[in-house]
Amino acid sequence: MATTTPEIEPETPPVETQKLPAAASGQTLALGLMFGIIFGFLLQKGGVAKYHVLIGQLLLEDFTVLKVMLSAVVVGSIGIHFLHRMGWVQLHVKPTRYASNALGGLLFGVGFALSAYCPGTGAAALGQGNYDALFMMLGMVVGSYLFAEASGWISRHLDRIGDRGKLTLHDWIHANRTLVVLAQAVVLGIVLAIVEMFAVR
Amino acid sequence: MMSATTAPMLAVVDPLQYSGPAWSPYLVGGLIGVLSMLTFYFSKKPIGASTAYARVAGMIGERVAPQHTRSLKYFQSNPPRIGWELMLVVGVILGAFLAAWSGSELTGRLLPEMWQDRFGTDSATLRMAVALVGGIMMAFGARMAGGCTSGHGISGTLQLAIGSWVSAICFFIGGIIAAMLMFAV
Repeated sequence: MATTTPEIEPETPPVETQKLPAAASGQTLALGLMFGIIFGFLLQKGGVAKYHVLIGQLLLEDFTVLKVMLSAVVVGSIGIHFLHRMGWVQLHVKPTRYASNALGGLLFGVGFALSAYCPGTGAAALGQGNYDALFMMLGMVVGSYLFAEASGWISRHLDRIGDRGKLTLHDWIHANRTLVVLAQAVVLGIVLAIVEMFAVR
Repeated sequence: MMSATTAPMLAVVDPLQYSGPAWSPYLVGGLIGVLSMLTFYFSKKPIGASTAYARVAGMIGERVAPQHTRSLKYFQSNPPRIGWELMLVVGVILGAFLAAWSGSELTGRLLPEMWQDRFGTDSATLRMAVALVGGIMMAFGARMAGGCTSGHGISGTLQLAIGSWVSAICFFIGGIIAAMLMFAV
C-alpha cells in the first residue's frame, strides 16, 4: 500500500518490535483454496468425513480409511518419484525424531479416537454438516497454542531423542530410491489386496 | 463396569450398519495421490491439515498477547499468517459441502448417528467436551510428531520418510486402543 490511512493506525501494536509476516501471495492462496476444495470433495465422496467410517476404522471393522490412505500413498509415491526424477518437484521430507514421532503419534491417536475426526477429515465433516467437528477444530487451535507453550522444552529435550534428520527408507536400507518406491508400492498393494479379501468393508 | 441398576447400559453399535462411501475408496485414494502430485508441482507443498490450526492459534495469540506469543519457540520458527495451508483447510470445508450437497449427504446435526446410538440422545454436552479434548490432544500430538494423518500419513509416507511411517503407525495404535475402550461392550 502506497500510503497509510487513518483507519489502520489503531491496528498497529504499540510496541512494534517486528511486523507480522505478510500473507502469502494471492496466487498461492488461490491454489491452496482450489486444492482444498478438491481434497474436501474427495474426502467426503470417499466416506471419510463420516463419524462411523472413521471410528469403524479404529475399531478395525471398516477399512475404508486404510483403503483411501494406502491408495493415495501408492499412486502419490510413484507419481512424485517420477516428477522428482524429472527434476520437476522438490521433496519435503519431514525429520525423523523417534521419541517425538512416537509419543506425538500416540497422543494424536488418542485424540483421533475421542473426536473421531482428524484435522483434514474434521474440516470435511464440518462441510458435510456435522457441527461437532467445530469443537474438534476449536480444540485443535487450543492444543496448538498449548504445544507452542511447551515447544521450547520439547525441542531441547524430546526432539533430540532419536533425532535422525530427514531419514528415508532408502537411506535406512542403503538401496536405490526407485527400487524402494516400487517395493513400498508393492507391499502396500499386497496389504490392500489382503484387506479386500478379508474385510467386509 | 456399569451396573444396570445405576446407569443405562451403553448400547452396542456396529459401524457397518450405517452408510458406506459414495465412491470407491480406491478411486478416491488414487485421486488424492494425483492431487498430491499437483500440490507438489504447482504449490511446492505437500498436503497437510494440522498446520492450519496452528496458524490460527498463532494469529489469535498475536492479537491477544503479542509479546508472549512471539517469545514461543514454535511461533518463532513458524510465524503465524494466512497461508496456503489455512486456505487448504477452508477449501476442504467448501469441497466437502459441495460433495455432500451433490450426493444428498448433508447431515446438519451435532451428534453423529453412531455416537448418539451409543451414548444417548441427551449426550450433546459430553460429545462437545470429548471432541474438544480430542482436538486438543490431536493438535499437541500432531505438532510434536511433526504432522497429522494427511501430513505424515499420506504426504510423508509417500516420500518414504521413516519418521512419517513411525508417526502414522502410532496414530493408529493410539487410536485403536482408545476407540476400543470407548466402544467396548
